[in-house]
Amino acid sequence: MSQVIDILSALLMSAGGVFCVIGAVGVLRMPGFYTRMHAASVIDTLGASLIILGLLLQSGFSLASAKLVILWLLIFFCSPTASHSLANAAHQRGIKPWQPDQGASSSSKN
Amino acid sequence: MIYAVVVGALLVSLSLLLVRALLGPTVFDRALAGNAIGTLAMLLLAIFQFVSGRPEFVDLALVYGVLNIVGTIAVQKFFRYGDLGEPGVGDEEHRL
Amino acid sequence: MQRFHSISVVISLFVFWLVLSGYFTPFLVTVGLAVSVLVVWFAHRMDVIDQEGHPLQLRGGVVHYWPWLIVEIVKSAWTVSRLIVHPRLPISPTLLRVKMSQRTPVGQVMYANSITLTPGTISVAIEGDEIVVHALTQAGADDLVGGEMDRRVSACEGRA
Repeated sequence: MSQVIDILSALLMSAGGVFCVIGAVGVLRMPGFYTRMHAASVIDTLGASLIILGLLLQSGFSLASAKLVILWLLIFFCSPTASHSLANAAHQRGIKPWQPDQGASSSSKN
Repeated sequence: MIYAVVVGALLVSLSLLLVRALLGPTVFDRALAGNAIGTLAMLLLAIFQFVSGRPEFVDLALVYGVLNIVGTIAVQKFFRYGDLGEPGVGDEEHRL
Repeated sequence: MQRFHSISVVISLFVFWLVLSGYFTPFLVTVGLAVSVLVVWFAHRMDVIDQEGHPLQLRGGVVHYWPWLIVEIVKSAWTVSRLIVHPRLPISPTLLRVKMSQRTPVGQVMYANSITLTPGTISVAIEGDEIVVHALTQAGADDLVGGEMDRRVSACEGRA
């Protein structure tokens, strides 16, 4: 039984690591500030959740798992707040969203 | 063993985000990369609890997360208003 | 109602203390209870204990709303990941305005945060009863205009 749980948690954690790498690649690849933000939210949601879920399976039912749940709630409540505040600040400062046609004519304008 | 793989993946994504933080081009890109690096650092601390067998590290992860959001909001506020003491839009009635 | 609400805040703070502390000696448990009561008393004097800080009225609604939200987050995160690893990066970013039908500030915050939490859409600003949303693809924008999330948040808010 514990072997099954080990394998399951290994699968979950590797999937979370893969999503973290995908999100980081997206932050590097995407053109424009707002589109990068979408890539970063993949890390904050799916990557973090899968890794914490895998760790929860490892720790079983203990105080450490309660703290991991608090960590998960912290990420889930705070990451949209931080993202929204950054997007709002960029919007207020007049940063224009990237458009596909303008990217074709001048690549440095992102 | 599995921890080594996950920590490796997290370190790879951390270095990719570091490249974005160095490239910019706007200050908000750097703040975004910093915020994502903070989330990854929380995950690394949570994993390190199991690697080292010391349950204190998840407390460090919690504190790091709280500091991370306060830092991000401070950065956005500074670059939006140019001043951390500014009460912000819609708060005029609270001004003394 | 107000008294019931304060007691609920004390209990939540005390459980939080117990989880973070992990020691169950009589002295520390007593100190934790005293600190929770003191914090709630101070907050009561500052008049910050209200329906926003501790939204107890949503307890029935979130049970129905969160599972749907989590499924939605997983689906859209998968879509965004596929877009990122796609070699030609087929994105069509749009800035659009979405009407929100929530009445209370808590419901509006829930809707805006749900939009931001779902990868592929970010709430950029709130103007009146509209949210300015940046969507990564046209399909994601169309999903939001369809209004299912808005309906569900309103249902969660109205279940109180």
